[in-house]
Amino acid sequence: MKKQFFIYTILILSLVFTGCSDDDPAPEPVNEEEVITTMTVRLTPSGGGSEITLKTVDMDGDGDGEAIVTVSGPLSAGTTYDGIIELLNETETPAEDITEEVEEEADEHQFFYTIGTGLDVTTTYDDEDGYGDPIGVEFTLTANTASSGDLTFTLRHEPNKSADGVADGDITNAGGETDITETFPIVVE
Amino acid sequence: MRKHAVVLLLSSQLIVHSQNCNYTISGKVIDLHDGSLLSGATLVVSETELATQTTLDGVYTLSNLCNNTTYKIKVLHSSCQTKIFSVKVTGHMKRDFRLEHHLEELNEIILEGKAYENTTKTVLENNVSKETLERFSTGSMGDALSSLSGVTSLNKGNGIVKPIINGLHSSRLVIINNDVRMQDQEWGVEHAPNIDINSIGRLTLVKSAGALQFGGDAVGGVIIVEGQKVPVKDSLYGKTLVSAASNGRGAIMSSHLTKSFENGYYATVHGSLKRFGDFEAAHYNLTNTGLAERNASLRLGLNRFNHGLEAYYSFFNNEIGILRASHLHGAADQVRALSSNTPLIVNDFDYQIGAPKQQVTHHLARIKGFKKFENFGKLSLQYDYQQNNRLEFDIRRGDDKDKAALDLKLDTHTVLLDFDSNSNNAIHLKSGLMARYQNNFANPETGVRRLIPDYKKYDLGLYLIGDYKVNDQWQIEAGARFDYVHMDVYKFYRTSFWENRNYDELYPNIVIEDLGTQVLTNPNLKFNNGSATLGAKYSFNEDYHLFFNYALASRAPNPSELFSEGLHHSGARIELGDLSFKSEIGHKISATLQRDHESSSFSLNPYINTISNYVIIEPTSVRETIRGNFQVWEYRQTQAQLIGIDVDAAYKYNEHISSTHQLSVVKGYDRKKDLPLISMPPISTRNEIKFTYPRFHNLKMELQSQYVFAQNEYPNNNFEVYIPETESTETVDISTPPSAYHLLNFNSSIEFKIAKKSLLTVGLGITNITNTSYRNYLNLQRFYADDLGRNFLLNLKLNY
Repeated sequence: MKKQFFIYTILILSLVFTGCSDDDPAPEPVNEEEVITTMTVRLTPSGGGSEITLKTVDMDGDGDGEAIVTVSGPLSAGTTYDGIIELLNETETPAEDITEEVEEEADEHQFFYTIGTGLDVTTTYDDEDGYGDPIGVEFTLTANTASSGDLTFTLRHEPNKSADGVADGDITNAGGETDITETFPIVVE
Repeated sequence: MRKHAVVLLLSSQLIVHSQNCNYTISGKVIDLHDGSLLSGATLVVSETELATQTTLDGVYTLSNLCNNTTYKIKVLHSSCQTKIFSVKVTGHMKRDFRLEHHLEELNEIILEGKAYENTTKTVLENNVSKETLERFSTGSMGDALSSLSGVTSLNKGNGIVKPIINGLHSSRLVIINNDVRMQDQEWGVEHAPNIDINSIGRLTLVKSAGALQFGGDAVGGVIIVEGQKVPVKDSLYGKTLVSAASNGRGAIMSSHLTKSFENGYYATVHGSLKRFGDFEAAHYNLTNTGLAERNASLRLGLNRFNHGLEAYYSFFNNEIGILRASHLHGAADQVRALSSNTPLIVNDFDYQIGAPKQQVTHHLARIKGFKKFENFGKLSLQYDYQQNNRLEFDIRRGDDKDKAALDLKLDTHTVLLDFDSNSNNAIHLKSGLMARYQNNFANPETGVRRLIPDYKKYDLGLYLIGDYKVNDQWQIEAGARFDYVHMDVYKFYRTSFWENRNYDELYPNIVIEDLGTQVLTNPNLKFNNGSATLGAKYSFNEDYHLFFNYALASRAPNPSELFSEGLHHSGARIELGDLSFKSEIGHKISATLQRDHESSSFSLNPYINTISNYVIIEPTSVRETIRGNFQVWEYRQTQAQLIGIDVDAAYKYNEHISSTHQLSVVKGYDRKKDLPLISMPPISTRNEIKFTYPRFHNLKMELQSQYVFAQNEYPNNNFEVYIPETESTETVDISTPPSAYHLLNFNSSIEFKIAKKSLLTVGLGITNITNTSYRNYLNLQRFYADDLGRNFLLNLKLNY
């Protein structure tokens, strides 16, 4: 009887180990579908002129590498700019356009433009979702007087668009989660 | 009555044969299961009028037996199956008889003492009573365990409850479910044990690593879950429990049916369902905290005197909603959540379980056989298979909305061979071998980098434990175990991390493929872990006992500690593991002074646990990413020490009124940095007064007070973050523990006999009677919302 037990043990053990030790191929890398690596804000003067771009790129997302922030040049005082925001996932080839996803779920997303102290610019939303609330992918920016300061772009997921001031672009009561946020140093000349 | 008959028999003995018939057989009658001596057993020698009864010490003597004659001796005991032994008399003989001790159970079953065997001899074990288990039927195993001193729980909301034993949790606890070591990704802080509380027959806690037969890595302790024992007799019985609760507006239903036969065959089937909607704090709804659970199990077996076989299968499935307001992206979101007194999202009550949520399915199958060899011992062989599939859903965008962000499948096969020697009454030896194979598969279809990499793990273990009963006062115990762990891992590292950590120079050989932004590596990690236990028990008299135990435990680091590398959404933080970690080694010294008496009892259990290479995770910096600023938490190994005491006392004032008292104190320190450890349970005390009135439908009423102090020793992990909207730098206070709180609970039950074999128990309970708003330091949800408000519970239990 004791002998039988050992035989069974060895039998089961050998089954366990041979049954599972087949050489699996190395795992596939994960295709990160949701990541936003790049935000480009294009500001085109309404009356024509050269485009100003604000860009941030963070290729490894939450990895060690820091975002690279660039501003192509100063804004001109007294100029109105048509703004459009483009979000990309450049970990995929070709890069995936995340802006499209944001617009498809327009009622669940909203951009906010936070103007830092000293910077004399104003912004207005130029687009709206199915309920008439702003999305903020398209906007108008007016550079008033010569000044400088920070301009922060924040995309919130599932904000409360009906909260006080949110439809006017005040982020204070918006709630939701931050999908992307970047601060650009802006100069108005 | 039987006693009188025996006396009559004895006094009317006649000498039948005249020659060589003055020999005696003497010995003991012993319970086969636990070696305890059976008093009051009757021995009758067939075809003679000789008979006797065992003394209180289980000793018997049969005289006037004839030489060279074979007798049939019938051994009877009120709670054992009668057995006939053949004995050939050759001179004066010593012979012990072993009986199978029947469990006297049918309907209401209170199992104590001999029905289950203690796992360790020199650590005082704590059991959760059947009543407590039923009282927590709408909760979880973690909730029921928290009723014991020294046990608290690490919660995420109220659906995910992880036990903490003397300050330690997760991978540092071993959970044994029906003889199977649970392999359910216990490393995660928000992964609760996948065990249905309503299937538990007995729940035992060993606050020590001393139970080496289950593993050598239980730095914190061992939790043992056993099914209901089945008697060896013809019977059919069952239990149905229905509990409804006002908070969460939900209910559970659990049913259990057992059929057993005189010949040892038995079958048990169990099923339970649980469904709850959003729970409520004292003043608001906790949106998206509903849960659903489905469980079933089947047990088939044969339990004979000297051999047995049992097959067991259980299925566990749950879906738990995570508080919607606790899902955050980045430090700025955290600032908003912390500065708000109420959760940022509060919707009306709903049964819907939306994202974020968890879905876990756990299958457990086991087959076990044993064979007993007379004067030698018991050999058992077990094979078990478990599959754990964990899905975690996040708030996602676009096509990924309904796709799990985490999808892990863990398969585990284990073979155990154990030998339990009982050849000697004073010395008891247990030894065994364990072989385990585990495979983790992280589904790449999630579209999110793997939190835990794909790996294969091989474990081999062997142990030997012995205990020796020196005399009536002293009992000593010693054991040793060796485990070999090999992990074969496929891990993708981000190139930036790989180089920042210098891994490119330290481990250049494990790189299989360079994919530009990331490298695929194949770490092969091997750990040799030794563990041991040494203890003694001294009994001053029947009431007073002193236990002393030293346990050495070695735990290999878990996959999360080794391989974490990225954003952990549920904590809104980046977590980084370390590939170079060594095994964690704990030395726990504990003592217990116990007074075990019917009218007043107490136990004092001080302990000190010194752990080298203790793995902790702590914040090191704030990282700016395109999604905002995140705090970076890194795992590190240090020297830790936990010191504490658990105190239990019970007093019976008269036949109706009794009270119980508990106090748990634990202090944990990082000895390298001379700082308190994070997430140590604060001091707490629980006091209960109980009124029973058996004559009136077994009426029971209990009022319980639970006071939890504020944790005053904690590391400062606060950090600062710049908020562009307000153009200010804010401190994110994630360290300060919440204030002390006091909760009052009430519980009552009453029984009705509704048929000859049916008993209906109706219970009514109220938890948090005063609807106190409080936050618990050990609830990960405490940053965002209060804990549960008042709850009314109604229990209906039918035993049949």
